[in-house]
Amino acid sequence: MLDQAIFYLFAGVAVVSAILTVTRRNAVHSAIFLITALLATAGIFLELRAEFLFIVQIILYVGGIMVLFVFVIMLVNLDVAVRQLQFARQKWVGLLISLALAAQVGLMLWSSRKIPGQGVPVLNAVPADKLPPNSEEVAKSLFSSYLLPFEIASVLLLVAMIGAVVMAKKRT
Amino acid sequence: MQEVTQATMEFMKQYWAPLVCGLAIVAVLPLIVGYVVLVERKIMADMQARLGPMRVGPHGLLQPIADAVKLLIKEDIIPDDADKLVFWLAPVLSVGAALLAMAGLAIGPAFQIAQDINVGILFVVGVSAMGIFGIVLGGWASNSHYSLMGALRSSAQLVSYETAAGMALVCGLLFAGTLNVTSIVEAQRNQGIWFGLLAPVALFTYLVASIAETNRAPFDLPEAESELVAGYMTEFSGFRWSLYFLAEYTNMIVVASVATTLFLGGWLRPFSETRWLNFIDFFPPLLTAVIGVYCLMRTPKQPARVQQLFMLAVAGLCFAVAAVLASPVLVPIAKPSLAAAVRPFYAGIHGGFWFIFKVSAYIYFFMWLRFTLPRYRFDQLMRLGWHFLIPLSIINVLLIGIAMIVGVYYHLNGWRLLLATLPASIMALIIALFILALDQKGEAQKAPSRAPDSYA
Repeated sequence: MLDQAIFYLFAGVAVVSAILTVTRRNAVHSAIFLITALLATAGIFLELRAEFLFIVQIILYVGGIMVLFVFVIMLVNLDVAVRQLQFARQKWVGLLISLALAAQVGLMLWSSRKIPGQGVPVLNAVPADKLPPNSEEVAKSLFSSYLLPFEIASVLLLVAMIGAVVMAKKRT
Repeated sequence: MQEVTQATMEFMKQYWAPLVCGLAIVAVLPLIVGYVVLVERKIMADMQARLGPMRVGPHGLLQPIADAVKLLIKEDIIPDDADKLVFWLAPVLSVGAALLAMAGLAIGPAFQIAQDINVGILFVVGVSAMGIFGIVLGGWASNSHYSLMGALRSSAQLVSYETAAGMALVCGLLFAGTLNVTSIVEAQRNQGIWFGLLAPVALFTYLVASIAETNRAPFDLPEAESELVAGYMTEFSGFRWSLYFLAEYTNMIVVASVATTLFLGGWLRPFSETRWLNFIDFFPPLLTAVIGVYCLMRTPKQPARVQQLFMLAVAGLCFAVAAVLASPVLVPIAKPSLAAAVRPFYAGIHGGFWFIFKVSAYIYFFMWLRFTLPRYRFDQLMRLGWHFLIPLSIINVLLIGIAMIVGVYYHLNGWRLLLATLPASIMALIIALFILALDQKGEAQKAPSRAPDSYA
């Protein structure tokens, strides 16, 4: 019961702050609400006993990406950006896509509601103290069964990094 | 109804201990921070051949309380053009992140709020890194140029040095093989050697990066008073300002604790597994007893009766702590039959002492640096981070990794692992000197006519 209460709390915070992220006019306020949404998602990960995902979400998104976001928001001239029309151009396309996504998720939830253990994973099927250590499991599967995709992803990231360095160098 | 009661009982059983510990930390930490500040002022005074605060209480021992009262009753000013909500939120965020990070630390085998977090050290690092938002948002919300500059510098600095600190942590974690705070210290006990000795270069990198991350001198550019008044804190006053102050010093304690846990053996005594060095156990009670004796000797020299009484009380406190620390060492000698019963008590008490001792030594080192080194220029700071520290830490991770492979191959462990890691560390040092020389050469070739970009 407590688990459910915490889940709905986090989920509610995530949804509300996600909505506020896109509706606030002030970019810094938007960033604050985006941070809140990310933190609430991290809380849901923790609720699911995925500690590693929880902390990676915080370190990577909140501590890394959002710091850069806020940094850039403060560096650029926001007065110009506020006067421009920003989002509204693709209203109908956006609505269509989000409706399609909602329909997909809803269909998945609906179709799997009768078969326990399949489709949507059942919460707390294993007691918390019987779970294997989370980060070790992630590391094992990353470096054994999913080694090739992992390496490809890291090469991709390396390429992106070198690309960024090269592009930054060209200007000066 | 019964279900609810049962759930509440379950909740209490599972969470009351962390709750009480957490409340204790929130309640006690401001006091500890106040005394850290007093100690800092005393050390500064000592290094500058002054006396420091002497008026409030004997040797200024009550100064933190006077300061706290002063800060609490000060007028709370919010600038007219400030973003009120964010201005209110920012200091709370800063101090909240710092306090939350404390929850993941283990001060001795028994004292940990969040027991056995699987990702312990990552939790501490990640959560304490969130405190940067307090600084950045506070600087932005003040709607002042000095504040914004300080905030920008701070975030740039944190992003630059976070990488180096993370890489240094990776070195220690390679030896530990776990992220759990308790298991990291246990690994050091099993190995019989602190990871700081196995990876001295990583310890050095973490030391420098942690100074930069906590915005301490010589890297305190976000609040460089000669350029930016007080940086991001310029518009804050009274209670809000003291929250920032609390966050800064709490962060110091957090980084010191992380370094202690990972590199300096946590709550372990030096040479904790060497039997013939067991006399080191007498050091904690002796140290506190000597401090107590010193306080007693100073008592007659106090000018007022109240101050004499206070000094006596301090001496009594020291003796009480010494007695508590001495009991688990002396009891097994007097009555060997009780040795097993005293063991957990010994581990808790002496563990706590050693942890706090190491953390204090680390923080003392911070202060020592602060009063010795002049402040860096911002471009120098960035160059040090990106051109020196980050390459060094990455190369060090690589070399330590190779050393670990060699160690596993030849079944080296404990002190013999030094055979593999020492050459790696020396190689890292040589590469560090090489990088420095290369960087200086590059700097010399550049035309030095451009004025330094001190505003980042």
